[in-house]
Amino acid sequence: MSQTLAHDDAPVTASKTADSKRELVAQAVTINRPAQELYDFWREFPNLALVMENIVSIEALDRNRSHWVVRAPGGRTVEWDSLVTKDVPGREITWQSEGDADVANSGRIVFEEVPGRGTVVTATIAYEPPAGAIGKIVAKVLQREPNVQARRDLRRFKQLMETGEIATNARTLRMLAEENT
Amino acid sequence: MRALTWHGKHDVRVDTVDDPEIVNPRDAIIKVTSTAICGSDLHLYDGYIPTMKAGDILGHEFMGEVVEVGPKSTLKKGQRVVVPFTISCGQCYHCGKKQFSACPNGLPADNQDIAMEAYGHEMAGLFGYSHMTGGYAGGQAEYVRVPFSDFGPLVIPDGVEDDKVLFLTDILPTGWMAAENAEIEPGDTIAVWGCGPVGLFAVQSAFLLGAARVIAIDHFPHRLELAKQFGAETINFEESATYDAVMEMTGGIGPDAVIDCVGLEAHGAFADNIIDQIKASTFLGTDRIHAIRQAIIACRKGGRVSMPAVYGGFVDKFPLGAVMQKGLTLKTGQTHVQRYLPALLAAIMEGKIDTTFMISHRMALEDAPKGYKLFHDEQNTTTKIVLKPDMAVAA
Repeated sequence: MSQTLAHDDAPVTASKTADSKRELVAQAVTINRPAQELYDFWREFPNLALVMENIVSIEALDRNRSHWVVRAPGGRTVEWDSLVTKDVPGREITWQSEGDADVANSGRIVFEEVPGRGTVVTATIAYEPPAGAIGKIVAKVLQREPNVQARRDLRRFKQLMETGEIATNARTLRMLAEENT
Repeated sequence: MRALTWHGKHDVRVDTVDDPEIVNPRDAIIKVTSTAICGSDLHLYDGYIPTMKAGDILGHEFMGEVVEVGPKSTLKKGQRVVVPFTISCGQCYHCGKKQFSACPNGLPADNQDIAMEAYGHEMAGLFGYSHMTGGYAGGQAEYVRVPFSDFGPLVIPDGVEDDKVLFLTDILPTGWMAAENAEIEPGDTIAVWGCGPVGLFAVQSAFLLGAARVIAIDHFPHRLELAKQFGAETINFEESATYDAVMEMTGGIGPDAVIDCVGLEAHGAFADNIIDQIKASTFLGTDRIHAIRQAIIACRKGGRVSMPAVYGGFVDKFPLGAVMQKGLTLKTGQTHVQRYLPALLAAIMEGKIDTTFMISHRMALEDAPKGYKLFHDEQNTTTKIVLKPDMAVAA
């Protein structure tokens, strides 16, 4: 008798039948560095302003809490406090936004070493864009496919950790400054 | 500085633009002493490559003198270097496998989206070759900002003239890798479609890698003559039916490997090519692929198809059935330039490979627009144009 497979082995974030009310973003990137080094960079949340787009500031409030301010169109910003809910040094960080976040969000980043290839970094982020006017702003902050945004951020992370710099086609420092505003 | 900039189809100009600066720690600034116009630059000139922007500086074959270095560069001011056209970091998984043209770290993250959509993966960053490959300013200029200068550029010994080593940037390693991808065995017959610079280097390389015979196919008599000088037998496809000729010349077996050095703008009045031209001009398809079709049809059963030629988009009437039914192996890709540089420099120094025969014209950078037009219109006699920023403008 043949058995029916309840689910395939694909990540749930690739599901074609997922809950459409909640945005779920996942991206994986392989970085040719030790997991501990990548974890250490990520765990100092203010570092992430180097690789993420649209960040105004990331401030560490204490070891587990950070305050995020993210650029929105029209000179506006959205902000929230983020709390580390699980921390496995060298391996995994899980977080959750607190209280009255402009954008309720939670996520997990996992660092898994793979022989001969460095570390597979998998980021999974869930967020619930609020309804109404603020929701429209949030949609604009995300600008494009959230998956594209996450991919770009992880690629910059990879570039910085592997090569010590982030690739730019700017020919002059003035062009670089214009790119980053 | 002065630089050759793209403004649209058949519209390139020498403009004054800001000098480049050290932007990232591993950068170096190179003062260009020689830079060539590549056949693939003609694809930009003809408007075949998407994601070009007005003002883009072209050129991916260049060499020169180091005039400024970032804190992490290992180059020294005054050194002469040849710069690979692919921007590779030397530290990622792909670079570790010596697949340097697959390196994702030279391509700005924001420039990766287009290739992710079109090809499923990002490409390597390239100099002067559209925003899909990074939007980097190219080398047909007085100065160039070179990222990852501690890894890519090859230092050239004193006393070796530019013309001998300039082609290490692209076309010589591309011709070499094309022959390597043909997996040549002793006694093999190799057929090469296209006797432009890459094709002519593929002919030389195929013999060096052990081919007994090389059959060179083109319709420009001068280019066929050059191929003949390196020992190739020639077919002019305007005088002879290529398939019939190749089959008879190989005893009915077909060539053991075929190399397509033509690419997406194949010439010739063949029915399938005319249909491709109509489709390309109406955007129903992007690439004209007559040469690769013919190469696949001619290749012997169980043979190898090497495709250094540039393709960008989609094709139809690709003879996939012939690939499967004849059990062909297809190998292709942008060149892993850095992989071949030390050995090819040694071969040049030992006189095993000559590159200077290729150069038909030397011009001032200011004359670059004339050079593009000449290379585009007069392909028989214009085999390679080298631009010299220091050279006086022709009267």
